[in-house]
Amino acid sequence: MDRFSWSNGLLEIDETLVVQQRGVRLYDGDDKVKMELGVALLSTHRLIWRDIKNHECCLSIPLSQIIFFEEQAAGIGKSAKIVIHLHPSSPSKEPGPFQNSKYSYIKLSFKEHGQIEFYRRLTEEMTQKRWETTPVSQPLSSGTGTQVCRKTRAVGIVGIERKIEEKRKETDKNISEAFEDLSKLMVKAKEMVELSRSIATKIKDKQGDITEDETIRFKSYLLSMGIANPVTRETHGSGTRYHMQLAKQLGDMLQAPLEERGGMMALTEVYCLVNRARGMELLSPEDLLNACKMLESMRLPLRLRVFDSGVMVVQLQSHSEEEMIASALDNVSDLNTNYSSSLSILLSSLSFLNYFPRLLLAEKVGHLCRDDSVEGLRFYPNRF
Amino acid sequence: MSFEWPWQYHFPPFFTLQPNVDTRQKQLAAWCSLVLSYCRHHKLYTLDVMEAQESPVFNNKKMERKLSVEAIQVVFEELRKKGNLEWLDKNKTRCLVMWRQPEEWGKLMYQWVSKNGMVNSVFTLYELSNGDDTHGEEFHGLEEWMLLRSLQALQTDGKAEIITMDDGKGVKFF
Repeated sequence: MDRFSWSNGLLEIDETLVVQQRGVRLYDGDDKVKMELGVALLSTHRLIWRDIKNHECCLSIPLSQIIFFEEQAAGIGKSAKIVIHLHPSSPSKEPGPFQNSKYSYIKLSFKEHGQIEFYRRLTEEMTQKRWETTPVSQPLSSGTGTQVCRKTRAVGIVGIERKIEEKRKETDKNISEAFEDLSKLMVKAKEMVELSRSIATKIKDKQGDITEDETIRFKSYLLSMGIANPVTRETHGSGTRYHMQLAKQLGDMLQAPLEERGGMMALTEVYCLVNRARGMELLSPEDLLNACKMLESMRLPLRLRVFDSGVMVVQLQSHSEEEMIASALDNVSDLNTNYSSSLSILLSSLSFLNYFPRLLLAEKVGHLCRDDSVEGLRFYPNRF
Repeated sequence: MSFEWPWQYHFPPFFTLQPNVDTRQKQLAAWCSLVLSYCRHHKLYTLDVMEAQESPVFNNKKMERKLSVEAIQVVFEELRKKGNLEWLDKNKTRCLVMWRQPEEWGKLMYQWVSKNGMVNSVFTLYELSNGDDTHGEEFHGLEEWMLLRSLQALQTDGKAEIITMDDGKGVKFF
C-alpha cells in the first residue's frame, strides 16, 4: 500500500476513464486497510480509489507500477478480489497514505460485485498500455498524507500558488541580473577612481610641468563629477581634502558672526549664512556637517557641539561652559532690575534654540532659578 | 504693626518649586520661616489648606503669583518634618501650626508667673489665656490645645500641675 499517492482524483487532459466500480475495499497485502468502502476507478493511466463518503480522500497509482494481477474468487463471507502485484515505488513518487508496507501487492475487494468487468478492463489497459503513448504530466498531488484523509482538493489555488512562486523566482532572477550590471559598474567606477588618483599623483610629481593651480582644477573637475571618492565615501565620509579646506574656510568666515551672536550659532544658521555668502557653488548640508566635524581635529578656533536634545551648534572654542553660563547670567540679570521686567529670552539676541539649553545648564549649576506661571517660563538670577 | 514681607516674597521664582535640589532647599527654608513668622504675627494657630491658597502668604496678588497646591503641600510637609506643624486629619486638610514650641510657651508662662510672684497659685486655663492680667503677654489668646500642651510640658518638668475642676481645667505653678 505504500505505492499509492494522494491524488485529487481528477483526470488529466489525455487521460480517459475506462471503468469505475463502487463498493471496493482496499487491502494492504492480506490486511484490510483502515479505510472505508470506496469507488475504484480505472483510467488509461492510473488506478484511482476514492472514499465514498469523504471525496477528498483519494489515492492513485500509475498503471505502470503494476507487474501483474490475478483474480481471487469469492468465498463464504468473503467477496471476490483482484490481487495486484506492484513494482517498488519510484523515488520520485508523491507522498501517499502509507510510508512503507511489508507487502508488495494489494487487493481490491469488491463488496458490490463488478469484479469481472473490472478485471476485463484492467487486462485491456495493461495490454494496450495506452499511458505510454499518451503521457500526461505528473498528477498534481496536493496536501500531505495523514492517516485521516485530509487534503486540499482545490487544484485552482495550488495552480495559482505555483504561478505566483514562479513569478517570484523570475523577478528575483531579473533583479539579481540587473544588479549584476550595477556591481560591474561599481567595479569600473573604482577602476576609474584609481586611474584619476594615479593621474593626480603623477601630476603632482611632475610639479614643474603642471602648476598647482591646474592640479586643483583637475581635482575640482573630479569633484564636480562626484567622484570625490564614491567607493569609500561611506567609510570615510569626512576625511576628504575638500572637507578640510572647507573647514578652514568656515573657520575664517564664521569668526565675526559668532562673536556677534555671543559665540554660538545653530548649524542651520551657519548653513544659511555660508550659502548666502557663497552665492554660487553652494554647500550641501552633508558637506557642511562633515566639514564641521573636522573643525576640532584641525585645531581651528571653532568646534561643533551636539546637545543632549540633538541640537547641533557651532561655537567659538574660547567659549568654555562657565563663560557661557556667566554670559547667560549677565544677560538675564541685566534685564531683571525689578520683578516686572523679564522676558529675557525674547530680548536676548540669541535664538531660543541656543539659549534655552544654556539656561537649563545655568539652572542646573545653580546660577539661575525659574519662574513658572501662567505668564510662561522665565529665568532669574538665583538669589536664594 | 503691619507684617513685613521678606525679599523672597517679591521674587517671582519664589512661587515656583525649583527643580534644582540645592536651590529648592533654600527656597523651602525661606517658605517655612515666612509661614511661621506670618502665623506668629497674626497669632494663627491652625491653618486650613484650601483657605491657605487664597491667603496673602501663598498668594501674592500684586505680583500675580501664587504657590501651587502641590507646592503648598511640600512646604507643609517640610514644616511637619521640622516639628512646626501637625495634621489634624488624615486627609491633610487642616493643621496646627506651632511657630513656637510648647516648651517655649511653658517657659514664658512660668516666667510671667514667677515675675508676678504668683507661684503656688491656681489659675484656670481661661484666666491664663484670656484673663485681664495676662493682657499684653505673648501667650494671651493662646488656643487651648496649645495651652494645654505647654502646661503639660511644664508638668513634665515638675514646674506645674494640671488640675481638673468642676467647670474645666486649671493649673498650679510650683
